[in-house]
Amino acid sequence: MNFTAAIQEEIISEFELFDDWMDKYSYIIDLGKEFGGMLDREKKDHLLVKGCQSKVWLKSDFNAGIMNFKADSDAMITKGIVALLLKVLNQKAPREILDADLFFIEKIGLKAHLSMNRSNGLMAMIQRIKSDAEKHL
Amino acid sequence: MPDLLTHIDAIREDFPILSKTINKYPLVYFDNAASTQKPKVVIDTLSEYYKNSYSNIHRGVHHLSQIGTDLYEASRKKIQSFIGAKHAHEVVFTSGTTEAINLVAQSFCKKYVQKGDHIIITELEHHSNIVPWQMAAEHYGAIIKVVPIKPDGSLHLDVFKSLLTNKVKIVALNHISNTLGVVNPIKEIIDLSHQKNIPVLIDGAQAVAHGSVDVQDLDADFYCFSAHKLFGPTGVGVLYGKEKYLNAIPPYKGGGDMIKTVKFEQTTYNDLPFKFEAGTPNIAGVIAFKSAIEYVENIGFAFIQKQEDLLLNYATTALENIEGLTIYGTAKQKASVISFTVKGIHPYDLGTLLDQQGFALRTGKHCTEPLLDALGVDSTLRASFSFYNTIDEIDRFVTALNKCITILA
Repeated sequence: MNFTAAIQEEIISEFELFDDWMDKYSYIIDLGKEFGGMLDREKKDHLLVKGCQSKVWLKSDFNAGIMNFKADSDAMITKGIVALLLKVLNQKAPREILDADLFFIEKIGLKAHLSMNRSNGLMAMIQRIKSDAEKHL
Repeated sequence: MPDLLTHIDAIREDFPILSKTINKYPLVYFDNAASTQKPKVVIDTLSEYYKNSYSNIHRGVHHLSQIGTDLYEASRKKIQSFIGAKHAHEVVFTSGTTEAINLVAQSFCKKYVQKGDHIIITELEHHSNIVPWQMAAEHYGAIIKVVPIKPDGSLHLDVFKSLLTNKVKIVALNHISNTLGVVNPIKEIIDLSHQKNIPVLIDGAQAVAHGSVDVQDLDADFYCFSAHKLFGPTGVGVLYGKEKYLNAIPPYKGGGDMIKTVKFEQTTYNDLPFKFEAGTPNIAGVIAFKSAIEYVENIGFAFIQKQEDLLLNYATTALENIEGLTIYGTAKQKASVISFTVKGIHPYDLGTLLDQQGFALRTGKHCTEPLLDALGVDSTLRASFSFYNTIDEIDRFVTALNKCITILA
């Protein structure tokens, strides 16, 4: 099993502990609250991920073969989801990011956030992370 | 009028979807401004038509085509009487309000608008009553003038009057704001415009489900609405237009049914309303729209308004008691729509957690970005009620909302 798959399995087993929506979302919200995020002055408009109903800023840089992401959101659940996503995809090689199959999203019951519904920006975030990584292949 | 509560229970049984559970919670459908649910009679009409009477209309000599044509044209007559139009041929079927507005924006402007002319819209408009005018204005070199709102969401009529110059070729505004629920004084606006011989288009998408509309009494030149917000199928809308304007403006789409004769040298167009109905329409949808209107007429607007006012007032009072909650759109004349935010919490977060408990609300800009900019807010939650909603649902909603606020605080 590769490293991103191992982290995803870890996330899945954490979520298996929750029996209801409240536990699950409280956990996501806590992840959002604990997530470092970005300073206000770093939240530049050009970093906004298009397609999210809440604002999501995503900044990447490439150093020593590794992608580093910083992100933030004005919505707490979205921020928690970004935190989960970056748990899996941050500080990885571009190839590993592009090849990652994000199976954990469906397993932890967040698949609805992947729909084409305009209120959900998870798909847009993943696309942005992957397209940023692609530039450094 | 029967006892309200018993009556509502019976009404709810007419809507199969209302007994669904979402995420193990009973569905509470508060997204009626986006689209209303369908009574069984509408679903049955659709299904019956496809099962027993389906074929193309207006062109076949055969039995089924005749039945379909009769049913389709019976819908047009039903809509004529529903909105009080003078002639059935003033009722043009479109795919929805959006297409109806686009039709007028394109065809009216082609006939009447020239470089430097003005088109008046308002800050309250849905994108579908902004962008079509911008597209036409760009093409013909016209200028869009916008009537601003007051803090309570009502229109600045003084500014409107000052914008009514002889450069204005058309005024386009909504009857009821989809985001705020504010009811606009359209009769007064139409009167003021007509004093200067300026025609008015009313976007009635939000209005037709809440009260009776009489286009002749209003003297509206164009009135647009959608079936799906009036308990009917999706993909069907109506453009009502005064005969004189519909005759004067050119067709917007070319194709079958909208022509009299086609020669490569010259084609002559069909009479109203067919001139504007190119191609095979949403036959089943139009036919089932009649069932929806009959259903609404049977319930009656007296009951609908009473129930919706009750829900609006009850919910407004309950929500105002929540600390940090702000309601947008507090004008006196309001339909059963409440847009709100809770201080320090993103509407998306609240919407997501409410969804987990079976509550269907809308969050975001509600296709009215300029309005939200004017209100100085990024997004709101919107609860919009229909006559099939209940006080009990509002009570459960307020409890759920308080729980969400606690989780997110």
